[in-house]
Amino acid sequence: MADISLSRAAGWSGLKRWDSAVGALLVVVLLFSFGFVDGFGNALNLSFLIGNTLPIALIALPMTLLVVSGEIDLSVASTAGLSGAVMGALWNQGMAIETIIPICLLLGVVCGLVNGLLVTRLGLPSLAVTIGTLAAYRGIAQIVLGSDAVTDFPTQYLDFAAGRIGDTFIPYAFLPFLVLLAIAVVALHATPFGRSLFAIGASEEAARFAGIRVKRQKLILFTLTGLMASLTGIFWALHYASARYDNATGLELSVVAAVLLGGIDFDGGKGTLGGAIAGVFLLGALQNVMSLQDVSAQSQIVVTGVLLVLSVLGPRVARQIAVVRAQSSG
Amino acid sequence: MTHPSTTGPAPVLALRDVSKSFGAVRALRDVSLELFPGEVHALAGENGAGKSTLIKTLAGVHRPDAGQVLLDGAPVAFHGPGDARDAGIAVIYQEPTLFPDLSIAENIYMGRQPRRALGRIDHKATHNATAALMKRLGVELDPDRPARGLSIADQQIVEIAKALSFDARVLIMDEPTAALTGSEVARLFGVVRTLRDQGAAVLFISHRLEEIFEICRRVTTLRDGAWIASEPLDGMTEDDLVRRMVGRDLDELYPKQDVTPGEVALSVRRLTREGVFTDVSFEVRHGEIVGLAGLVGAGRTEVARAVFGIDRWDAGEVSVRGKALVNGAPSTAMAAGLALVPEDRRAQGLVMDMSIERNIGLTGLRTTVKAGLMDRGAERSRSLDWAVKLQVKYARIADTVNTLSGGNQQKVVLAKWLATGPEVLIVDEPTRGIDVGTKAEVHRLLSQLAADGVAVLMISSDLPEILGMADRVLVMHEGRLTAEIPRSDATEETVMAAATGRAAA
Repeated sequence: MADISLSRAAGWSGLKRWDSAVGALLVVVLLFSFGFVDGFGNALNLSFLIGNTLPIALIALPMTLLVVSGEIDLSVASTAGLSGAVMGALWNQGMAIETIIPICLLLGVVCGLVNGLLVTRLGLPSLAVTIGTLAAYRGIAQIVLGSDAVTDFPTQYLDFAAGRIGDTFIPYAFLPFLVLLAIAVVALHATPFGRSLFAIGASEEAARFAGIRVKRQKLILFTLTGLMASLTGIFWALHYASARYDNATGLELSVVAAVLLGGIDFDGGKGTLGGAIAGVFLLGALQNVMSLQDVSAQSQIVVTGVLLVLSVLGPRVARQIAVVRAQSSG
Repeated sequence: MTHPSTTGPAPVLALRDVSKSFGAVRALRDVSLELFPGEVHALAGENGAGKSTLIKTLAGVHRPDAGQVLLDGAPVAFHGPGDARDAGIAVIYQEPTLFPDLSIAENIYMGRQPRRALGRIDHKATHNATAALMKRLGVELDPDRPARGLSIADQQIVEIAKALSFDARVLIMDEPTAALTGSEVARLFGVVRTLRDQGAAVLFISHRLEEIFEICRRVTTLRDGAWIASEPLDGMTEDDLVRRMVGRDLDELYPKQDVTPGEVALSVRRLTREGVFTDVSFEVRHGEIVGLAGLVGAGRTEVARAVFGIDRWDAGEVSVRGKALVNGAPSTAMAAGLALVPEDRRAQGLVMDMSIERNIGLTGLRTTVKAGLMDRGAERSRSLDWAVKLQVKYARIADTVNTLSGGNQQKVVLAKWLATGPEVLIVDEPTRGIDVGTKAEVHRLLSQLAADGVAVLMISSDLPEILGMADRVLVMHEGRLTAEIPRSDATEETVMAAATGRAAA
């Protein structure tokens, strides 16, 4: 009977508290920055903040679904880099951008499919598989483009990826992101597919015994993640008007940190997309503020790394506190 | 409240008016219990009656909110399991946790091996001490063999030996027989009797009433956290004990209705999975309950897994109502009207961290859908409907299933599958580890389902359950089907003969 009260206290309520805590923290950081950080509150800076955070946010959508199902993909930044490199190489050869973009997206699908097949058909752990493909995809990107930087993409594409709506703080690219976010929220929280991901993440065996096609769902997720990573790679090259083999290097760190910060349980089965996106923009806001304060890029990586560790630790501590509370109130 | 008698020899360990609450849940209310040396004492009660809390209080895991723990008549306060162990109290759990790669002797003396000069481990002394313990228990186990591959009964014997090496005077055995076969139970009971005769006090917990009557002298019954009675078993019947546990007369435990079987619903032909089971053929008709008996490891569960598509088969075919099933595809088996209530409800039957509603909903991901989205209203009413039909006891349908007792968890698994409206229901150990009241409910349910035309295949290691419920009994031995016995000819002897590989009657 002890288990009853403890698990109740330690279960959903603990996680929900973490979710809303991250949302509240985001609000606090934004309010503080508006008030005390010079140059933060103007529309231009806010549009930079959102634009620079979009790559993390885009990949965080499928990554959230993947982590909920108990898997992870660390090769996303390399897939994005490879996608950008191929885009640059094909552009140099004179191919039309309207042809290049579908090819790059297809490439992302293949990258994701390779990860997914290695995990589901060979039963390898995704952490190991995608560390491998992290190196492999980046290596291919370098072979494809060498040390070139391709910058002369068509102006209307560059303008779309870097521009904002009038004098507002909203980048053009934020609108399609909102559509993708809505699709992801519905997919995870309102469809049978999303429901099955929570079951798989919480207990893969029980999911299988309930007739859920575990391997198929995971393969779909890895493929979607590859697709979104390549879309991000295309966006990155256009947003920064530069396609290089090392684009988006280390982005996987930010994505995973943000998703875990948003309360997605690393062990799978728990979390909400709302929390994950709050985590993404919290990280984005912190990075923006640090840049405004002239904190070096290296130091920013240290902060991201520490946040990652804290975000794995945080929910556990919160749960532990809930357990202790339940015990002492007994 | 009356107390157990306190005259005569002093109890070695006792609880006096102990209460313990967790939040709003009063797990124990004014419970008293006395354990005497040289006695095996049963602790009876349904799931959720407070047995686990009582054990943990004796073992120093919980401290009572009120009342006392008495050791040799003097009040003690255990500040942790270590204190209880030092006081000579040992708990043997259902599933022992030995290090598989260490020898029996190393497992027993883990972390406190006899030493020689320079701190080197004295293997010879360890071996001899272990051999002496085994002799005391009257069993022949080689101290040097690794724990890997020991039967669960032998693993428990190693745990008992370990307890003795700590000079345990009180042994608490928490459902030690739940995973044991008949002959293993006999072996374990031999050891328990030896200990009893050497003066140990044993507290024995089991859902199998016949075991309580076989080995125990007195019984303490709990119901809803309250002490009901402590009394000698002599002169009591199983019905008396059940009445104490559930607080009312229990309807028949095996309420099997007579049914005329209909068409073939499940047909399994020459099914083989290499190295696991071979050439298994049988049919189950609408309205029939077919029992699948055999020893643990005979391949019964493996056949069920393959039929449902969890594992692939290498040869043979399975069809439901004439439609062949796809190899290794549970989703198509479900679509064909097959349901499997698996052996391990915690790992396979349920997602423990998910709510009751969503666990039942997992089998409805294809049906409670509107325009591609989950129809939450339909999902909730489907789950509520079945939870109510099966009388699952819960506070809120949104509570996670790990807040439920074992019997209620099993009802949720049944609800989850009955909600699919199956033509064929396979149940693997449907009443293992659940209390007698819920057990009777499950049996009534299976009987009613069969009467309604569902074909039921029931795997069980509980022989009375097989004999009481099955229209026909199939018996497996070492991966093969060795006998098919009609209800009229099925007895413990005929089934066991086939299960152990002796020629069937």
